[in-house]
Formats: sequence, structure tokens, C-alpha cells
Amino acid sequence: MTEKSKQNTPGQPAAQDRSAPTAKPDWANGLRRLYDSVVEEPLPDSFMDLLSKLDDTGR
Amino acid sequence: MSDDSPTGASSDFKRELTAVIPHLRAFARGLCGRPDMADDLVQETMLKAWGARDRFQPGTSMRAWTFVILRNAYLTEMRRNRFRGDYDETVAERILTAPAGQEEPLHLADMHRALLQLPPERREALLLVGAGGFSYEEAAEICGCAVGTIKSRVGRARAALTAMLEDGTVPHRSSDDVEAHRAILGELDHITANGNHR
Repeated sequence: MTEKSKQNTPGQPAAQDRSAPTAKPDWANGLRRLYDSVVEEPLPDSFMDLLSKLDDTGR
Repeated sequence: MSDDSPTGASSDFKRELTAVIPHLRAFARGLCGRPDMADDLVQETMLKAWGARDRFQPGTSMRAWTFVILRNAYLTEMRRNRFRGDYDETVAERILTAPAGQEEPLHLADMHRALLQLPPERREALLLVGAGGFSYEEAAEICGCAVGTIKSRVGRARAALTAMLEDGTVPHRSSDDVEAHRAILGELDHITANGNHR
């Protein structure tokens, strides 16, 4: 029932046990994680600086 | 001066623009691999978006709209060869250590390296659909091409990544290729610098 706790064992070759015919490759999740890891980074100050400048020229 | 729209419109725009910055950074990082250059691209994108804010239609996707701008800025830089073959190892290391408690066999660093091996148009298509969560239709609109073209690019990109990641042919960090490329670029810089001096 509880399949959410299934874990990939590191070092083990990719197990191709997904049944869907159009199953995404094992790395598909990694691609999303790669993207999300940048999304979740705190924003550098330079971006807030730039945003505040946009305010000044915002008329 | 000619802008007689209520200030609320500008602040709405700014709020939406602010909200998509993390996505712009993620897209840019995926495209060019270098965090410093990626952030430069994002800032350029923000300025351009702000300048063109009258053309943004409220209620439409700010993320898609700004991705088009970012993409165009990236392509311009590509034509100037600024990103060619350029890859910074520290990116991968940072990405690798960023998410806490990550225990998956595939290292994100390997993923990123493999991604950067793809031709730009396929990398871009895969980033939009596979990472950014855009539909094929949205991705096609962002890239200004047919839906079938996007599908084909994503398919080829996936096949190439699968080959690289599952067959273990991802270039190693500090691979000879990268080193050689850097060395060549370094020499060129040196030659150019010397040439300019004389």
C-alpha cells in the first residue's frame, strides 16, 4: 500500500520496474530536482537591488 | 510621461516579475551552466521585461513571457560565443550539495553535466518541458516553433540523456575535453591579449 516510502538504493543499477509503457527514465526526476534546487536558492542581494532600481524608473 | 496607467499596474507587474526570478535563474542556469553568467542573463531579462511591461498582458503567464525574453538574451550571447563549451565545476558541486537529505543514486552534478552536452535547442526544450513543467504547446510558443519540433527535440534530448546517464558516458568532471577546451580558450585569450598589446 504505502509505496511512497520506496527508496532507491544508492549504487544499485537503475531498476526498470515501472509498468507504464511511456515510463519516464530514471533521471527524469533528477532533471526536475536540478531545476528546483536553483528555484529554492535564496535570491542574491543583487536581484533585490535591481528590483528597487526598477521602482525608481517605474513612472 | 506617456504612462498614465495607474501605479497599481506597475506594482502588480513588479510583484509578478519578482515571483518568477527564481524560475528565470533555474532556466538560465540550465541553459548556460555558469551561475554568474546565468544571473547576468536574468538581470538583463528583468530590465528588458520591465522596459516592455506595457506589452505584458495581465492574466497571462509571466513565467512564459519572461522566458521568451531570457531565451532571446541567451541566444544573443550564444552568437557572441560567450557560453561556448564553458562549464564551471563549482556549479555542479553547489547543486549537488544544495538539497538536504538527498539520497538518490543519480548525482545531480552528473545530470547537469550530461544536460550541458546536449545541443542548445534540445537542452532548452527538455528544460522547459522536463524541468520547468511547461506543456509541449507552451514550450513551442516560448521557442517560436512548431509543437512537433518541440516534441522531437525533447525526445532526442531524452534519448541522449538516457544514453549518457545509463551507459555511464557522462563526461567526468575535469574531463580531458573540458580541460583541453579551457586550455585552448586560455591560449586564445593570451594570444589576443598579447596581440592587442603590440
